Amino acid sequence: MASLQMAALLSAPSTPVPSDRVRLGALRLSASSSSAARNGGALVVRSEAKVSGGGASARGLSLITHAVAEKAAAASSADSKPGHELLLFEALREGLDEEMERDPTVCVMGEDVGHYGGSYKVTKGLATKYGDLRVLDTPIAENSFTGMGIGSAMTGLRPVVEGMNMGFLLLAYNQISNNCGMLHYTSGGQFKIPIVIRGPGGVGRQLGAEHSQRLESYFQSIPGLQMVACSTPYNAKGLMKAAIRSENPVVLFEHVLLYNLKERIPDEEYVLSLEEAEMVRPGEHVTILTYSRMRYHVMQAAKTLVNKGYDPEVIDIRSLKPFDLYTIGNSIKKTHRVLIVEECMRTGGIGASLRSAIIDNFWDYLDAPILCLSSQDVPTPYAGTLENWTVVQPEQIVAAVEQLCK
Amino acid sequence: MAAFSAVKIPPPQFTTVRSSSQRPGSSPAHFAHSPSAFNSISFGSAKSVRSRPLFAVSSDVVSSDKTKPASSSSSNPAVTREVALELYEDMVLGRAFEDMCAQMYYRGKMFGFVHLYNGQEAVSTGFIKLLNQSDKVVSTYRDHVHALSKGVPSREVMAELFGKATGCCRGQGGSMHMFSAAHNVLGGFAFIGEGIPVATGAAFSAKYHHEVLKQSKPEGLDVTLAFFGDGTCNNGQFFECLNMAQLWKLPIIFVVENNLWAIGMSHLRATSDPEIWKKGPAFGMPGVHVDGMDVLKVREVAQEAIARARRGEGPTLVECETYRFRGHSLADPDELRKPDEKAHYAARDPIIALKKYIIEHGLASESELKSIDKKIDDVVEDAVEFADSSPLPPRTQLLENVFADPKGFGIGPDGKYRCEDPLFTQGTAQV
Repeated sequence: MASLQMAALLSAPSTPVPSDRVRLGALRLSASSSSAARNGGALVVRSEAKVSGGGASARGLSLITHAVAEKAAAASSADSKPGHELLLFEALREGLDEEMERDPTVCVMGEDVGHYGGSYKVTKGLATKYGDLRVLDTPIAENSFTGMGIGSAMTGLRPVVEGMNMGFLLLAYNQISNNCGMLHYTSGGQFKIPIVIRGPGGVGRQLGAEHSQRLESYFQSIPGLQMVACSTPYNAKGLMKAAIRSENPVVLFEHVLLYNLKERIPDEEYVLSLEEAEMVRPGEHVTILTYSRMRYHVMQAAKTLVNKGYDPEVIDIRSLKPFDLYTIGNSIKKTHRVLIVEECMRTGGIGASLRSAIIDNFWDYLDAPILCLSSQDVPTPYAGTLENWTVVQPEQIVAAVEQLCK
Repeated sequence: MAAFSAVKIPPPQFTTVRSSSQRPGSSPAHFAHSPSAFNSISFGSAKSVRSRPLFAVSSDVVSSDKTKPASSSSSNPAVTREVALELYEDMVLGRAFEDMCAQMYYRGKMFGFVHLYNGQEAVSTGFIKLLNQSDKVVSTYRDHVHALSKGVPSREVMAELFGKATGCCRGQGGSMHMFSAAHNVLGGFAFIGEGIPVATGAAFSAKYHHEVLKQSKPEGLDVTLAFFGDGTCNNGQFFECLNMAQLWKLPIIFVVENNLWAIGMSHLRATSDPEIWKKGPAFGMPGVHVDGMDVLKVREVAQEAIARARRGEGPTLVECETYRFRGHSLADPDELRKPDEKAHYAARDPIIALKKYIIEHGLASESELKSIDKKIDDVVEDAVEFADSSPLPPRTQLLENVFADPKGFGIGPDGKYRCEDPLFTQGTAQV
């Protein structure tokens, strides 16, 4: 499914890139791939460390000097298609590895990230390559090692703190809220905290209530914090790199069920924009805003909707805090109908904030009330049937679109 | 695999001694341990014990060691004249500054929660005056004097307390959040315990710079001091950080300012085992108890602990028995503490004690000390004038510094980053 989306990304028509849109430093691109650049917000960053000779031998680490892999560069690799295929957790690892190679102040801290390779194998092999101090196995003390990450970020390092499950970061809430989000402000700008806090969250397969939490709704009010959610191998790697390079504290939300998604990603280096949303499927009738795992439920519903004659526009908002109101707004101005599909609970979730932001900014463009499909306000039950009814399923999405477009 | 190990320099030999203390209200039996008892405290498997210096030292013994000349002898002062005057000046600055804070608070120049340090100056001066510029200090809400000792100008601290734009944190932090990048003061934290992991991180960073980035200094690792109180020693973050600091032999010193009271909660009512220094050896690091009203004793212990940390031998837990002469904060009526306890510690005022020491040992004359007093009074007056005449932060400052990279405010409906909107920081643009 992921590779299908990748193909859709590259081939779907989109709004043309205006000539003054140099906000992201996007390079001038060849016509066939301008959509990819705008849709993915991708930009190619020249790595100061080294410039390879152009061969694609070192996967992900070779850099070619122009924006998009042309057929000539791809021909040097064994496959006939450009790029290389990998799973989402490998994409995260690739991004992390590249950043650790590029900048020696980047380090990882967390439980079982070192010798064990990470409970979801995101850091597998990194401890052998970089040593026990750069990939630090911590004791089980989330609040303290998150605070330790913050202290080292204030003194020149760029730590990536892993929560083995996002839910465990509830124990680190003191540090994340008080110190991570606030210290840059309360110190009057004297200390910056370029920390990345990442980990898997979301509802899995019968993991029980405490391992199925959606912390994005708890963290979203913290001032000074940025939040992004990845959903494909392509954006996982790009967001991981962007988060590490960002001077702001960034929380990167991964999803337990998405780690084994496979996709073909470019060989050349790329970094995505943290604040941008991703156009998954352009359309005309309704704007569906979603993120993380619900993107796949939405795309599954989209297939049904297309068969029924609807043309939904699907946007993966990716940036949970702040929202990309430009992409979202353009879409609403076109379709006038909004459906939000999220995995957060109804009360106080990302959807609630997004709805309120849309009402504030785009009220005049709406032809129908904003519908928001969220998870039930219940602790996620263990039983499989109950768990399925807790989260939003494709049938509900289809029904909601039909209701919106009546 | 020994992926990282301490710098290999043989440690000095400490003698294992019993700790003695004149703390009121505690029975002597509680503190008496025979030296053999120390050595035989079980640590589980024997193999973990052998190479670690697991002991507690009392500063009384260090300074009154029979093999060294008694420090009270007038022919052998423990410090030089220069050092003595430096310590005196620093403590007087701390005291005068805090007294002025109280005045200003009651005159309505500063607001909120203000926690004063009167009585505890020996701890701040004793430790911080031994540090280099690149060493780090992490404190709690009782942080004015830590910042001053580390070198933050009185003007900047006072302006911060007045909430002016010229304060060290541009008026955005306040009394409980003193930060200075130039002087490596890493805060100023309002919740107790939350600064300790930050200090542990700074120490980790020092070790990382030495071992991974190979940026070593001839004097050794940069040291981090974490100051906190007796109440914090019952908090989880304290124990978690003791564990991690010893595990990785981080260059950090945990300085407990045990003033016996956490607002209105007596340390003895809150703690199952009130001897905090004992908690160091439980984690494998030395635990030292010192008389925190005596700046010279504190300095002596600090010297050992800092040298240890610089050599890469790891952390030390230092419990300083001290006392705050004022209430917990300026809002605290301070009704629970008994007058005789207060009188006992008032008689041990660290500034008066050092003054007496200086005069007895002929390090300086009374008039020289008085001139230092006068000089400090002028400094504090000047700080108040500076703060008074400084401007208040303008509205444009409100949204600055929320993000180091202001792109974090996101992309607005017009497609530009919100922070690019010229009206953004006026507060008129939509956030």
